[in-house]
Parts: sequence; structure tokens; C-alpha cells
Amino acid sequence: MSQKNAPAHASPTKTRSNRQRFTWRHKHLIGLQNLAADELNHILDTAEGFQGISQRSIKKAPALRGKVVVNLFFEDSTRTRNSFRLAANRLSADVLEFTSKGSSVSKGETLRDTARNLEAMGIDIIVIRHAAGGAPHLLTQCTNACVVNAGDGYHEHPTQALLDIFTIRERRPLKGLNVAIVGDIGHSRVARSNLWALHTLGANVYFVGPPTLMPSGLDKLPVNVCHNFDDIIGDMDVLNMLRVQFERIGSPVFPSVPEYSRLFGLTSKRMKRAKKDVLVMHPGPINRGLEIESEVADGPNSTILRQVANGLAVRMAVLFLVNQAAQAKTS
Amino acid sequence: MSTLLIKGARVIDPANQADQLADVLVEQSRIAQVAPNLKHNADTLIDAKGLILTPGLIDMHVHLREPGDEEEETIASGSAAAVAGGFTSIVCMPNTDPAIDNEATVDFVYRQAANANLANVFPCGAITKGRQGKELAEMGQMIRGGAVAFTDDGSGIQDPSVMLRALQYASMFDTPLCQHCQDNALAGAGCMNSGYHATVLGLPGINRLAEELMLYRDIQLVKQTKARYHAQHLSTTGSVDLIRQAKKQGLHVTAEVTPHHLLLTDDACSAYDPNFKMNPPLRAKDDLAALQQAVADGTIDCLVTDHAPHLRSEKELEFLHAPFGIVALDCALGLFAKALIEPAVIDWPQLIAMLTINPARILNLNKGTLSPGADADITLIDPKANYTVDVNQFKSKSRNCPYHNWQLPARALYTIVAGNIKHKTL
Repeated sequence: MSQKNAPAHASPTKTRSNRQRFTWRHKHLIGLQNLAADELNHILDTAEGFQGISQRSIKKAPALRGKVVVNLFFEDSTRTRNSFRLAANRLSADVLEFTSKGSSVSKGETLRDTARNLEAMGIDIIVIRHAAGGAPHLLTQCTNACVVNAGDGYHEHPTQALLDIFTIRERRPLKGLNVAIVGDIGHSRVARSNLWALHTLGANVYFVGPPTLMPSGLDKLPVNVCHNFDDIIGDMDVLNMLRVQFERIGSPVFPSVPEYSRLFGLTSKRMKRAKKDVLVMHPGPINRGLEIESEVADGPNSTILRQVANGLAVRMAVLFLVNQAAQAKTS
Repeated sequence: MSTLLIKGARVIDPANQADQLADVLVEQSRIAQVAPNLKHNADTLIDAKGLILTPGLIDMHVHLREPGDEEEETIASGSAAAVAGGFTSIVCMPNTDPAIDNEATVDFVYRQAANANLANVFPCGAITKGRQGKELAEMGQMIRGGAVAFTDDGSGIQDPSVMLRALQYASMFDTPLCQHCQDNALAGAGCMNSGYHATVLGLPGINRLAEELMLYRDIQLVKQTKARYHAQHLSTTGSVDLIRQAKKQGLHVTAEVTPHHLLLTDDACSAYDPNFKMNPPLRAKDDLAALQQAVADGTIDCLVTDHAPHLRSEKELEFLHAPFGIVALDCALGLFAKALIEPAVIDWPQLIAMLTINPARILNLNKGTLSPGADADITLIDPKANYTVDVNQFKSKSRNCPYHNWQLPARALYTIVAGNIKHKTL
């Protein structure tokens, strides 16, 4: 849906009829596991309204004017951090960058202490990336600020999944869609967040990869597990190729890059088995020639850059909504 | 001669297969007589109607953190927690800093315990020097100093050749080797049970096989060496099956379980509360049922707390980074009653056996009985106390306990060590 000629609104335009009566109540966004379909749709609808701002000559709205957003990143990240910063800036918030390599343990200050210090500076929203699953949850217990999870361990990465789903939804309805997530599922927060939301919204999710990269207990999750990519690729509407973490190559989990590429990489040869209009996604940054061949990554089915653009709108929507919920609670 | 008469209790003394309404007379520091309607003009009289009187409870698995981490616990504070919980004897693990791996440190524990003058504290020495799993520690010297068992608890001995030597060596002393069964390579960086909940929480899991494989290995080693072996804090169905089979084969193998593994499962980790983080980790519902069954059929010999104090600041870290372990000495008796008596898994005499004569026999301690002449270590239990746990009332220095505000059926009212009342619940 094109937003090019949308009027300049401070808040998102209303594009769906069922949205008027919906009130967003969560001042934190930790994960998608417990969000209902109407809540997920509300975020996506709100993001749709924010897409227009990026097209304007003055790319700013005043929704978070006077608010302070902290980018609290304990793990390396370029695109997620920049995307959140730009999203906050577009909503006129001040952004405080806080980087800490390694865990809070090695640094000597606990996450609680860091949170209390930040709070003393009068901040409103904390965007946190952390190597330990559950760190954002811990943060909600020791701060009054809104907490937005920008990825915690292998737990969740809700804004990534929301932007993935937003990108799919732009092109086709989610209900009944077959979505394959391919790669290191065991260590992937993106896979988990996608699974929860896609399942809630009626899509069928397939995890594809070697058994050594699958987490345990998948039989109790609403997902189909497949170890032979070629068996299912022809039935898929979406292929979401996860980034391979180099530190796992040569470890006992898989033997080599060529073997991984041959079995699970999205090559142009393998693409011939896929549906003609299959969507090819990747959370980035891509390892060309490893999990995805350049020809495919840059080809007509690829939505990779569209995902990046949509990420901005989705993160604006999330920052906007958590702040709205926090204000509703204090008023 | 100072005397103490306890009247009208239900006296449960599993060592003598006794369960009767009776009076108990203590003269000096020893049991003088157990019989109904004793007439004696004692110095001290306790009316114990409605209470259960048992030999002093024994917990053969606690961490007292001294020397090295006295901010978390000391031998004195841990002893205070023990008597507050009804335990007259505790066995402290050697994973201190420095480790209890020589006679001098064993002496130190006895000296600190004597200064505290509360519970009997028996040190468990390390199997290997510095608990490094490489060179054997001086077990003979430590036994001379009073070590009652050996373990590298906190970690298991990874190298099978070292464990084989340790079992061979220890077999000449008739002292048990206790193992924290966990294959580190398999456990990896896991912080909770592997499975559905770990996957959903995005936390690295500990495969149950990490415990079972080491236990299986050890049982084969025990078969060859004929040594005495005690498996610590078992947590899985597979582990209790292995112990059951080993016992059928007549091996000198014993086992223990904690209240946590009898009351809680890994879904408790769902709010990322590090007070549910322990090693071995909380497992699945099937495992809990299997452990209960193993308690009921005698596969498990004794009940222990694995009391593991940690600073609040440490337990306030991310679940992944917080240390393993929780405290429970102060409230353990109630936990065991809740886990085993309430659901009628076992009855009071069976429960008391697992907290008295069974651990005493494993450790060759002259304790755990009310036979005339025995040390007058006695616990008086209110089986209908039905009280609420308040961790702020704990005598332990640490508060890392998931049972705050739990309603528990039973608690110790009096703890008597060598004839002296060391604790009285008001």
C-alpha cells in the first residue's frame, strides 16, 4: 500500500476500520509470544501509518518530543541500533547511546545498577540488546521506563519479526501462508519471535536446518521441523534465511561452509524448485555465498532492502505505542 | 548431672523401628531412657504432646562458604540456620576458597563449628587437590582430621581415569566418595534444563544425559573397584533407574535428592527468577514423579538441602549469569513434608529415616538414633505447624530462596544438640 501522498499527520493515519476502538496497553515490548492477533495487527497498522513520514521532505513527527530514548546495547549491532535511533529521531525524541561490550558482570556494574543510573537521568524508553535471554524482562523489574527488546540471547527479537511480517503482509495475507525459517534455529531469537507471531496470525511455520542447530522441545511448539530443504521448498510462500554465525562453523554443530551451503544455502539452483513468487527474506547482514547466493539476494524475489525500510516504520510504531501506554498509565 | 525430660511425644526412631507415644529422658549429653510414662524429677521438662520426637536431623549436603565467601555464609550462620530448621548435624561441602582438601582445613571447620557451638558440622573433603579433578587429595590425612566423606561437588570428576583411581584409593578407607554427576562437555554453558522451557526462554539448556552418563560411568567403575559411592542431588528419571539397577546388583551405591527436585519443575524458570536456578537444574514433571517414586521404593536413601547461599547482588543478575543454587536449611523440613507427606508418598517414619539413620549409616556417623547411650541429638517437630515461610527470618546470611511466602505443613519446634536446647521456635 503506497503512502507516498499521505497527509502529514503527527500520529499514524487510520487505514483499517477495526482500529478505532483498539487501545494499546503494554508499556514494554519484550516478546511476541503472548501478544494476541489484534495486538500484533495494531502494531503493524500503526507502522503502516508511519511509513509516510519517511517519504516526506521533513522526515519528522512530534510524537515523542521531549522524551528520552536510551539505546542500551550490550552486544554489537549496527543496523538495529541505527534503525531504532533513526526511528526515535523521526518521532522527535532525544536519543542517548549507551554501549557496553561484554556482559555487565565483566564490567563490574550489574544491569540493575545500570538501569537505576539511567533512570536517575530521567529517561523514558530503554531499547535493550543483550546476550542473555531474559535481560529485558529483568529490566522491567527495576525501572519505571518503557522497555523495548532489541534482541536478547536466543529469546526474542520482536521488532525484527514484526518488520519481517510487515514485509510479508504488504504483499499477501498471512493466513494459511507457508513460511520457512532456515538456518541456526537453536541460537536464533529471530526464529522464535517469527514463530510466535506468524502462528498467532494464522501462517504455517517450518524450521529448516540440521538437527544440531535445532533447539530441544520443538515437538511442543506449533512448528514443522524439516532437515531436507529441497523436500519442502516447493510448497513455501516465504523463505526467511537466517544469518550463519561464523563462530559455529567447524564446531561440532556443522562441518564446513560448502556443506552448509549445499544442504541449506539458498542457491539459484535451489530457487528453481521454489514457487515463482516466493518471498526471499533475510534479517541481515547477509553472508553472500553462504546462506544465500548473491544472485538470489539481489534478485526479484528478494525483500531484503524492503525489510530494512519497513524496520524503521515498525520501530517508530513500537516506540510510539509503548510511550502511549506509559502515558495512559500515569494519567 | 543435668537432666531433660520430654513428655508425651510421638517418638519416631527408625533405627530401632520405633514409633510410639513415649517420654524421653536425657542425662548429660546422652539418651538415658525412652519409654511411656517416665517418672523423673528432671531439671528441664518439655511438654511435647502433639509433637513428633526424632533423632536429630542430618543434612549431608550443605555449603557453608567458609573459608572464602563469609559474606554469603559462615560456619556459624550456617549452623544457626541448621538448628533453626531442626538439623543437629550437617555435612559441609569442600568447594570453599581455598577448598577443603587437606587436614588443616578440615581442622579449621571443626574449630569454627566448635566456636559456633550450635550444630555438629562434619566436613566433606575434596577428592582431588583444589577440586581440579587431576591429583588425588590427601584423603587419609583428612580422615584422620575427621572428614566423613569426599567429593569435588560443584563439579563432577570429568576424567574417568582419575575417578577410577579415586575409587580404588578410597576403597581402603570405607569412606564414601560422593559425586556431583555432570559431564561438563555435554552440559556446556547450560543454565537450566534443556527442553521446551529453555527453548522458549532462549536460554542454553543442560541435557539430562550430562548427569546420567557420568552416573552410568561411575557405576561401572564402582562395579570394578567395589568402592562406596554416593550420588549427589539426583534429578532425572534415568538417574534413579541407574541407581535402582546398581542396588539390585548389590553395589555399595547410595543416593540423595533435594526438596527442590521434589517440588519444582523447569516451568518455574519462566519469569527468569534466578532463585529457581540450580545445578542440577529443575527438570520436567515426569522426573519429579520418578524421584518421588524412588523415594518411596528406597532407591533414594536420604534427603538433603544442597543449601547454597549467594549474595543478593549475585542473584539479581541476569538468569544466565546468576550463580547456581538456593538456600533451604531454615525451611527444609517443611518442604520435605510438603513434597512427601502431604501427597502420601511416604509416611513420617520413612521420612525421618531418610533424615537420620540413613545418612548416618552412609557416613559411618554414630548418630541418627535414640538408643540409650546415643548422643542426645533430638528434634521436636510440629507436624501440623502449617506456617508461612518468611526468608527474612532465616538465620542463614543469604536470602536466595524461592520459597518465600510458601505455606508449609511442618516445622521443627525444638532442636537439641548433645542434650542442650540450641533452638526453640516461639
